[in-house]
Amino acid sequence: MPIVTMLEYEFMRTALLAGSLVAVVAGAVGFFLVLRHLAFAGHALSHVGFAGATGAMLVGASPLWGLLAFTLVAALAMGLLGARLRGRDVAVGVILSLALGVGVLFLSLYTANANQATAILFGNVLGVEMHTVWALLALSVVSLSALAFISRPLLFATLAPELAEARGVSLRRVAMLFLVIVAIAVAEAAQVVGVLLVFALMVAPAATALRLTARVGLGVTLAVLLALAATWAGLALAYRTDWPTTFCIVAVSCSAYFLSLLRRPGHWPAARAEPTGE
Amino acid sequence: MNVEAIRLDRVTLARAKRIVLNEVSLAIHPGEFIGVFGPNGAGKTTLLHAILGLLRPAAGRIEVFGVPPLRGNRLAGYLPQHRASVAEACLRGWDFVACAVDGDRWGLPLWTRARRREVDRVLALVQGERLAARPLCELSGGEVQRLLLAQALLGNPKLLLLDEPFLSLDPHFQQATVDLVKRIQKDQGITVLFTAHELNPLLEAMDRVLYLGQGRAALGTIAEVITSEVLSRLYGTPIDVLQVDHRLLVVSGHGVVDADAHRHDA
Repeated sequence: MPIVTMLEYEFMRTALLAGSLVAVVAGAVGFFLVLRHLAFAGHALSHVGFAGATGAMLVGASPLWGLLAFTLVAALAMGLLGARLRGRDVAVGVILSLALGVGVLFLSLYTANANQATAILFGNVLGVEMHTVWALLALSVVSLSALAFISRPLLFATLAPELAEARGVSLRRVAMLFLVIVAIAVAEAAQVVGVLLVFALMVAPAATALRLTARVGLGVTLAVLLALAATWAGLALAYRTDWPTTFCIVAVSCSAYFLSLLRRPGHWPAARAEPTGE
Repeated sequence: MNVEAIRLDRVTLARAKRIVLNEVSLAIHPGEFIGVFGPNGAGKTTLLHAILGLLRPAAGRIEVFGVPPLRGNRLAGYLPQHRASVAEACLRGWDFVACAVDGDRWGLPLWTRARRREVDRVLALVQGERLAARPLCELSGGEVQRLLLAQALLGNPKLLLLDEPFLSLDPHFQQATVDLVKRIQKDQGITVLFTAHELNPLLEAMDRVLYLGQGRAALGTIAEVITSEVLSRLYGTPIDVLQVDHRLLVVSGHGVVDADAHRHDA
């Protein structure tokens, strides 16, 4: 069936809307996440979110708010521990396992709807309802405004931390605010691709962008466009093939990353043309 | 008399309860080029941090151009000790320098014409125009060092604090770095504190030497400070100073202290 017919379905239009809102946030936040070497932290936050989402279901609340509450608390905890967390992969990993385990416990206590578990883990963007889109819109506005507000000191603290500190930037405050923004972005991304696959929307497009350009502004723009392209192409692919939407989005996003690997890093034709001197 | 660039009045600095400098008093005049030396842990970086206002003295008073140091003071430019992680980011040299322009203010990093001009100006000062378009991950240690120096020069500081610019530099580039800093110091009339382990590349550039050790400090001309007597006191062990081909070798009972002894380009 022709691709254009997909827009005739309301659930498809809603999915496109929700997916686009999430892609913009995931791409922009992901760029700084990759630049700060925090990809693993984003991954960790989403796992903690799983326990929040299943816990919320158990008490009859919306999984999105449960997820958000847990990712926010985890982000604040990470921010408070700050530098002490560096090199503590094992400790973070153990807390992750605990969070996932607790999530499984909540699931077993909540027997009403087994499909919900799959939706939280792997996403179900086709099942998103309009009230969730409004929630996503609000969260996107909040997280993107916050990111715009802190972006200058964030970039400074990321690229030149010692100088930033000397110039009066509070590294800890910036790190903390950024983690809160990441927590919101993770909770949003989980609505599209599930808690297990937020990497595909947050990290892959940003990492691809960073292989394609060395400019900050262009990098953020590219990361957003790549995340949007993966979401749209993934939805279209899922419509044509009946494959799971999450698989299609992840496949497109990760393929783009693998393609970008073909480009040799540090190969910049514009720079090569100039004499190297010395 | 004019106000001093830096004045320390019986200053004690401590790091993690350990006293690094003990009741040190000294004055550095505006426009001086000071080489700062001393064994590892003698307090070179700690002193720079105190001058930047990142570390409060446990006792005594520090003044930078007549006022106590305040974090974020725009009179002081700072080149932190080079760390390999800087070069991991594959962003352009221009963007790397630009992130420090007004980086302490909230908001979007919109590079207005005035900010662009400032980035281009400091890149030209360090002769780094060529590095602007190249990604950091592709640059050598010396090239990254030049971009860090450009960042330190943003906003026309009157004082330049350079922490170990020689780290990860070949001897040839060490001399080039000193010449570059010396030229900027003269042209811009700024005060320079340059920490290093190696004396000889700085011999001609320095106006005076600041040598730290055992909680104490000696400030004076090379002839006054680089002597067996003064250095033995600062190292707490007998030290000899040998002069070979216009180069100074600082020798302890265990061997040559100054790693520069391996240079053969007299």
